Amino acid sequence: MARVLFTQNIQRHVACPPTDAPGGTVREVLDRVFAGNPAAREYVLDDQGAVRRHMVVFVDGRQVKDRVRLSDPVQPQAEVCVMQALSGG
Amino acid sequence: MSDRLLVATRKGLFTFARAKGRKRPRWSVAKTAFLADPVSVVLADPRDGRLYVAIGHGHFGVKLHRSTDKGKTWQPIAAPAYPPKPDGQEEKDLNGKVIPWNTELVWALEAGHASEPKVLWCGTLPGGLFRSTDGGESWKLVESLWNHPKRREWMGGGAELAGLHSVCVDPRDGRRVAVGVSCGGVWMTEDGGKNWAQRAQGMRAAYMPPDRQYDPHVQDPHLVVQCPAAPEVFWAQHHNGIFRTTDGAQSWTEIVAKPSSFGFAVAVHPQDPDTAWFVPGVSDEERIPPSGKVIVTRTRNGGKSFQTLRNGLPQHHAYDLTYRHALDIDETGDRLAFGSTTGGLWVTEDQGDHWETVGEHLPPVYAVRFA
Repeated sequence: MARVLFTQNIQRHVACPPTDAPGGTVREVLDRVFAGNPAAREYVLDDQGAVRRHMVVFVDGRQVKDRVRLSDPVQPQAEVCVMQALSGG
Repeated sequence: MSDRLLVATRKGLFTFARAKGRKRPRWSVAKTAFLADPVSVVLADPRDGRLYVAIGHGHFGVKLHRSTDKGKTWQPIAAPAYPPKPDGQEEKDLNGKVIPWNTELVWALEAGHASEPKVLWCGTLPGGLFRSTDGGESWKLVESLWNHPKRREWMGGGAELAGLHSVCVDPRDGRRVAVGVSCGGVWMTEDGGKNWAQRAQGMRAAYMPPDRQYDPHVQDPHLVVQCPAAPEVFWAQHHNGIFRTTDGAQSWTEIVAKPSSFGFAVAVHPQDPDTAWFVPGVSDEERIPPSGKVIVTRTRNGGKSFQTLRNGLPQHHAYDLTYRHALDIDETGDRLAFGSTTGGLWVTEDQGDHWETVGEHLPPVYAVRFA
């Protein structure tokens, strides 16, 4: 199970508590989290399911490279952090 | 007569209410909502009093909210979302910029026809038009327009992407809808959105080479409005001038206003198609009020002549610009309000002869609507 943590700033709009979720890729893990918290999906992913332009996802401290398909691997016990990019102002 | 004014700003929604004063009426802030969040447009649905706002979060995307209790409480509703982009389909505009299939901004939110009480229309960047048939619970991209081959030729104006900012529903027939696109001209459907035709013939684009200037597809109407009592008449404040049609957008005629024909906003009197108001800037290259004085221009004769209205407006080193949705007129045609990029807000109750300053330090104003 990976541990998924969300930026504090998203909590003002939609509650996103730390959540444990299984999955071998970022897509699988986030899909599992959003299945239990559907309102959060559109805050993180755009209409095409890619990471929003001004959002970033880290896996164990490394920034995710595949922002479109979210294919970066996630190890069991990994920590996935969904953060805001500074580019969004 | 509207005693409430909704003001959508870069940092929240402000509701102004009118109260009787000792000498004259006072408009003041009665309510705030979404403080610190960018509210791109607001709609007060005249059919059922429901309010809608679009929030454009910098990080978290576009969201819509609805209030059924006049703004006391708000509930999130669905935001318009583009369907999955077909695999391998590469879309670039004429400048080579990739056109995203993603709602980047909600730029128009309008009620449908009175006979279709749950229908709403929504215009977006990058140019998609959406329709809801359930009061905003769900949205569907109007694919007949999005898939029109000419749509891919639309281009950005002030924004990098093309945007659909005006939706005019014909009060006689809800199947007749006109939309304005920056930059893509004016499109009209007469069958409820099955088929669309370009209807910007007669508009002139000074920013194009001579042989393309009258190409309707390259026109940049900043805002298109329709006279409710005379729906054959539309006014457009365009990138390089003012245009008017009296034949249901079959043909447009250019109108020259003094001291300037440049601006973003236009309002037409709800009963008198010859009366319209504008908030001019100097030009597209000089987006400041003429001589540093905030003015409103008004015509009462279909654009043959204009009066400059300045009574009560800042006349000394004022650099307020008014965006396209930041001027509104109420259903009587007597009250108008407009807001500015530097947080000014003014109301008139006599068609612009006298203005009252009701806000001086608001965030940049995106949209103003009487409710």
